[in-house]
Amino acid sequence: MAPIEQLNLDFLRTKKLPHIWCPGCGNGIVTAALVRAIVRAGYDQRDVVIVSGIGCSSRAAGYLNFNTLHTTHGRALAFATGLKMARPQLKIFVIMGDGDCSAIGGNHFIHAARRNIDLNAVIINNYIYGMTGGQHSPLTPLGKKATTAPLGTLERPFELLELARGAGATFGARGIAAQPRQLEQLIARGAAHKGFSVIEALSPCPVAYGRRNKQGGAVEMLKAMKENAVSVERASNMDAQALAGKIITGVIFTREAPEFCELYYQLIEQESKKNSN
Amino acid sequence: MPDVKPVLMQGNEACAEGAITAGVRFYAGYPITPSTEIAEYMAEKLPRLGGVFIQMEDEIASMAAVIGASIGGKRALTATSGPGFSLKQENLGYAIMAEIPCVVVNVQRMGPSTGVPTAPSQGDVMQARWGTHGDHPIIVFSPASVYETFYLTIAAVNLSQKLRQPVVLLLDEVVGHMREKVLIPEMGKLMVEKISDQVPPDWKPYDDKGLTPLVPFGSGHFYHVTGLYHDEFGFPTGEPAVVSRVLDRLHNKLEQYRHEITFTNYIGHKEPRVGIVTYGCTVRSARAAVKKAYWQNRWPVGLLSLQTIWPFPDKEVEALARQADIILVPEMNRGQLVGEVERSVRGQAEVVPLNRYDGEMITPDQIMEQLRRWLP
Repeated sequence: MAPIEQLNLDFLRTKKLPHIWCPGCGNGIVTAALVRAIVRAGYDQRDVVIVSGIGCSSRAAGYLNFNTLHTTHGRALAFATGLKMARPQLKIFVIMGDGDCSAIGGNHFIHAARRNIDLNAVIINNYIYGMTGGQHSPLTPLGKKATTAPLGTLERPFELLELARGAGATFGARGIAAQPRQLEQLIARGAAHKGFSVIEALSPCPVAYGRRNKQGGAVEMLKAMKENAVSVERASNMDAQALAGKIITGVIFTREAPEFCELYYQLIEQESKKNSN
Repeated sequence: MPDVKPVLMQGNEACAEGAITAGVRFYAGYPITPSTEIAEYMAEKLPRLGGVFIQMEDEIASMAAVIGASIGGKRALTATSGPGFSLKQENLGYAIMAEIPCVVVNVQRMGPSTGVPTAPSQGDVMQARWGTHGDHPIIVFSPASVYETFYLTIAAVNLSQKLRQPVVLLLDEVVGHMREKVLIPEMGKLMVEKISDQVPPDWKPYDDKGLTPLVPFGSGHFYHVTGLYHDEFGFPTGEPAVVSRVLDRLHNKLEQYRHEITFTNYIGHKEPRVGIVTYGCTVRSARAAVKKAYWQNRWPVGLLSLQTIWPFPDKEVEALARQADIILVPEMNRGQLVGEVERSVRGQAEVVPLNRYDGEMITPDQIMEQLRRWLP
């Protein structure tokens, strides 16, 4: 594999570094993959907006040199929907954590998917609420421990991409922090896709999740992630038993459907023609 | 003379039409009685004017979308009623903190909780003041008629833009649903107070020096917007000196422009013995009572109606208290704004509340009955 190139520092607020994330956190890797994906997409810096919610991952917005909007907990997609509708030319990336997106923000998530609005949701899934010290989220695997599930959670997790697909999203992909090059490509493909794109990025939280669940440090967690990863192509030739406990990576689904913002502006144009006639 | 057209309009329609007149081109909302007509009017009109109407998945999302659109450079408004207003509070606080202009309409109904959805009330006065957490400033207008609704909505939009401060319009079911004649000069013409199209060369998104325009996202000025305390460039900080300075600046904006924010109106005797202080639809009953008590009976009575209720017009109320012995405060709640009246009067007059909270309006007769306690 070719060595990874230097990050485009114009897209980073280097003066705001070092970041607040713990040693071993995967958020930096995902953020770098996002920057590379934006470079790859060839967008004008002025057109790119980063919207985020609340939580560790959402702090990424502050380190990225674009117009950046750090919103309230769970509401990033709703803010982004208003912004996109007001200024359709913007290329909006919405960074959320697993709790932010799928618990408190779950309603906005399914409705953004239903509208198929052209936003790129990047969900950094570390299986835990990190900022508040390790409570279980709707993506914490069954039986895993958290400060609010000290004996292991009895709640079944969401399958986030299945949820997105069911709700109407038209692009869904999963990558892992242990494979940043693939993650970058997936984010870039999501960005190029017209419609609501969901990219789930699995990321280790050795401090609030790994330690409590005896998964070792960052290195062990990344290694395990990589070993468990199966590409969507390989997975298609494996049976359910072989796939148990595996992480399927790649583009999980993609399809075409009318995009809300474009439809709306077509309506506006149609109405203005009617009025001028 | 401009071409002044009398139009028969519903209060909620006047609110929507006022918003459009003030250049609002984005509406996000969620259906709720008794405010839904505002959404329906916007859904009908906005796409034809190049604007955006969107029915969001809930009240929280509506407030968020309005803020997002405002950051994108559109004048934006949302409307709701009590239960929805409760849900909007967190993001309303965000808009105050991040200094994003927007207008939130609450057509009040009888609460608490689901209450009586179709009955009027003035129960959200304190929620409008203190609904969101933290020691924040807020501007709240409360119109008494369809005409006032039209013009106060325009003022709300323009002030919100100028001060980069959310403005709440506290309507009530009576004003929202009644139909009245409104005189609209040159219907369809914009009444937009332009702030500035120019970005100053040393522009900072949160300039300590005073009012600074919001430069929309996508214009090539990269900055950060957050609900965290932030420095002049929008970046998070917990620095004690900066934190207190930011909160002071938010409050100082409103104090500095108090003369542009405060709308009150006085009718009646020049040296009243009894002064009535009220707001919203209750002004209508008070006005009818003053007509009888002062214009017919020549009793020394006056009415100070407050179109602005927050920041509270304390100077105007105190001036009345210097004349009057009694200040009567009719409200359709168990007594909310009366506390502010007492604070402003500072013992210079006796403050007497008149409350009704059964889902019916306070009648002119009820006010007359009170006036007879002291007059003629």
